[in-house]
Amino acid sequence: MDFNFTEEQDMVRDGLSRMVREQYDWESRRKAIESDAGWNPEVWAQLAELGILGMPFSEKDGGFGGGAIDSMVIMEEFGKGLVIEPFVPTVVCAGGFLKHAGSDAQKEEHLSAIIAGKRVFAFAYAEPQGRYDYADLATTAKKDGDAYTLNGHKAVVIGAPWASHLVVTARTSGGERDRDGVSVFIVDKGADGVVTRDYETVDGRRASEVYFENVSVPADALIGEEGKALPLIELVTDEAIAAQCAEACGAMKVAHTMTVEYSRQRKQFGVPIGQFQVLQHRMVDMYTAYEQSVSLTYLATLKLDAGEAERKRAVSAAKVGVGQAARLMGQEAVQIHGGNGVTDEYAIGHYFKRLTIFDHEFGNVDHHMKRHVKLG
Amino acid sequence: MNLEFTPEEIAFRDEVRTFIEENHPKHLGDFGMREDMSPEDMVAWHKVLGEKGWSVPAWPEQYGGTGWTPTQRYIWSEENARANTFMPLPFGVSMVGPVIYTFGNEEQKAQHLPGIRSGETWWCQGYSEPGAGSDLASLKTTAVRDGDHYVINGQKTWTTLAQHADWGFFLCRTDPDAAKPQEGISFILLDMKTPGVEVKPIKLLDGGYEVNETWLTDVRVPAENLVGEENKGWTYAKFLLAHERSGIAGVARSKRGVEKLREIAGSEMLYGEPLMDDFDFARKVSQLEIDLAALEITELRTLAGEQAGKGPGPESSILKIKGTEVQQRLTELTLEAVGSYGTPYYGNITGEAGVGADQRARIAGGNATNQYPIGPDYAQHSAATYFNMRKTSIYGGSNEIQRNIITKMILGL
Ligand SMILES: Cc1cc2nc3c(=O)[nH]c(=O)nc-3n(C[C@H](O)[C@H](O)[C@H](O)COP(=O)(O)OP(=O)(O)OC[C@H]3O[C@@H](n4cnc5c(N)ncnc54)[C@H](O)[C@@H]3O)c2cc1C
Repeated sequence: MDFNFTEEQDMVRDGLSRMVREQYDWESRRKAIESDAGWNPEVWAQLAELGILGMPFSEKDGGFGGGAIDSMVIMEEFGKGLVIEPFVPTVVCAGGFLKHAGSDAQKEEHLSAIIAGKRVFAFAYAEPQGRYDYADLATTAKKDGDAYTLNGHKAVVIGAPWASHLVVTARTSGGERDRDGVSVFIVDKGADGVVTRDYETVDGRRASEVYFENVSVPADALIGEEGKALPLIELVTDEAIAAQCAEACGAMKVAHTMTVEYSRQRKQFGVPIGQFQVLQHRMVDMYTAYEQSVSLTYLATLKLDAGEAERKRAVSAAKVGVGQAARLMGQEAVQIHGGNGVTDEYAIGHYFKRLTIFDHEFGNVDHHMKRHVKLG
Repeated sequence: MNLEFTPEEIAFRDEVRTFIEENHPKHLGDFGMREDMSPEDMVAWHKVLGEKGWSVPAWPEQYGGTGWTPTQRYIWSEENARANTFMPLPFGVSMVGPVIYTFGNEEQKAQHLPGIRSGETWWCQGYSEPGAGSDLASLKTTAVRDGDHYVINGQKTWTTLAQHADWGFFLCRTDPDAAKPQEGISFILLDMKTPGVEVKPIKLLDGGYEVNETWLTDVRVPAENLVGEENKGWTYAKFLLAHERSGIAGVARSKRGVEKLREIAGSEMLYGEPLMDDFDFARKVSQLEIDLAALEITELRTLAGEQAGKGPGPESSILKIKGTEVQQRLTELTLEAVGSYGTPYYGNITGEAGVGADQRARIAGGNATNQYPIGPDYAQHSAATYFNMRKTSIYGGSNEIQRNIITKMILGL
């Protein structure tokens, strides 16, 4: 039993924390979000330089030999600053697929570019009808000699406007919701027939609707085995969930601190509102929910390497618990800020928005509660 | 006891239903609030009702009220919710109007009531200040008598839609030395075009602009704009707050919202089945309907009490608390129902005309040449609406303050 972080992990946290504090201040973040590009690629370059983008990859793959715990440390700091950069789609998702199932040639082509900050990925898995079911795919990939032809529509692909490449899930055989017949491909976003419509998201990021209109990709764009990708997708998305739980913990920590601080400063009826016991107890419940979330995030992160059922159970537990806590934290933090809580100017509203959308990615509370129930 | 409408009430319902069908401006559609709504759109229905004589049903008949029973008024709001009309804003009709006909003088009634009825005059409410929210009595804006004028100085905030307002009703301190803070406050009507009035929009977390900072610098107001007696403004303000709360439950709108939610969840898919067939989700919708059913009867009981001559008392705090909780839960479940299409930003829902359009233009990147839609229509603004509705437990006396009122006035603690 050991809940200590390694020296390297402490260093990563301190370095990132400083970078977020000093260069990711509220004004810089706002400017980046409101710019045409919607982000600041210099930040990405800097993350590469700090070694952050290579952290969870083995030395053999050109990384720094870390793993999920490192991603957790990184994502928690990102959460604190509401960092919008696509660490999860690029490093955790695309990186995860390559790391677990990529061929040597694929790793060589993509991993070093990811680690160097030269290649940004988005993960195109969701479809309008599919909701949280990764096997519910209307997107198809038909084998055609030495190539596959992709057709379909992917919904709300986070980070796609910034990406040069996509990891795409598609059906190579079977019926729309069969577990078998699901495959994963790497697609160059510039390929003929990839049509995108980009937009902002309510939590300050960018996303796209992505349409594949007879997009031809070479056979070596396939990651792993044809038709057998569902377990791989479940593994990688579980890793993404653990990382996003850490992000939510970071965001909750800051939302809570801000709220307590606000309740010290804001006076009504001649006293700081933090003196009202009804608000005190609610801030205690928020704090407790945060601490429980950190525990569930550890649990999920530490079980990512366990057997499939054990892993899924732990990850679903975290997604449920952290999702419930994120809702409570966001709503209460806004309420205790009074009118200021619903303004664009106060940071707290932005934390609330991110914590809201957290529940909608990779399965919401109900979805993961069901998965937990089914695992017994 | 009996929940059925009488034949007369059913006839009344059919009459107003037909009237709404025939007269509600077609270009407003059945959206309620919409992001591209112009100020003219917001008063369009009010103006139609003004002409019909139905814009201020709750007022005494001598001032233009319809003389409807509480049940008829209930039917009226049901029918409007059914058609999703954009009802007259409350600031004139439910707030300052009743204060003027109850405490104002004949000149004030003659000057202001017609414009409130017709929808010609847009009113805003200038109570809150940066330092005076829940503790409204600590307000600092001063009005100093100077001959036949008051000179007003101070800053108000959260002034809803003041950017379109012709007139505002303001609480100002006229006696800084009064024994209690509540005692030195006056209720003053202010022409928003008076020099020294400056309105600055505040952007809200949904991207919209529905509230403002209102700065008042050496604003000279004729002394005849004082309502009632000097230093008695707090009494009038409290009278008004009771009125504000009685309509705040929003039962009819929420019922309509639940219907819409059921429709949405019927067309959204989960594991290959309609989301509405999912027990976990259906259970949450039922819980909402149960809370709403209780709220509806609670409101009707309050109305019946009113009919029997009891004014809206501290029980109306229950309506405010439960009504806003239901509204918030409804928007939350709607956002959940739309799934990932809750995430795109579709522009604000409550923008000034033009602002919404502007922001929507930013949803424009990518290489698509044709305008692929982003998700189903019903998903648009579901997140913005959820975010926006957090305000309802904060304004109109926060839900914590409502609980304090019940603690004190009902529990006697
Ligand atoms: C969208 C919107 C529109 C508005 N429109 C108008 C308008 O048109 N005109 C106008 O005059 N005002 C308007 N308001 C202002 C509104 O009435 C105030 O926001 C409200 O009174 C709360 O004040 P505050 O925001 O300063 O919060 P605060 O009073 O600072 O409250 C902060 C938190 O402390 C809690 N709190 C305060 N006192 C107590 C207590 N004694 N016990 C327990 N908890 C307590 C509150 O409930 C809240 O959670 C509007 C507000 C909003 C958000």
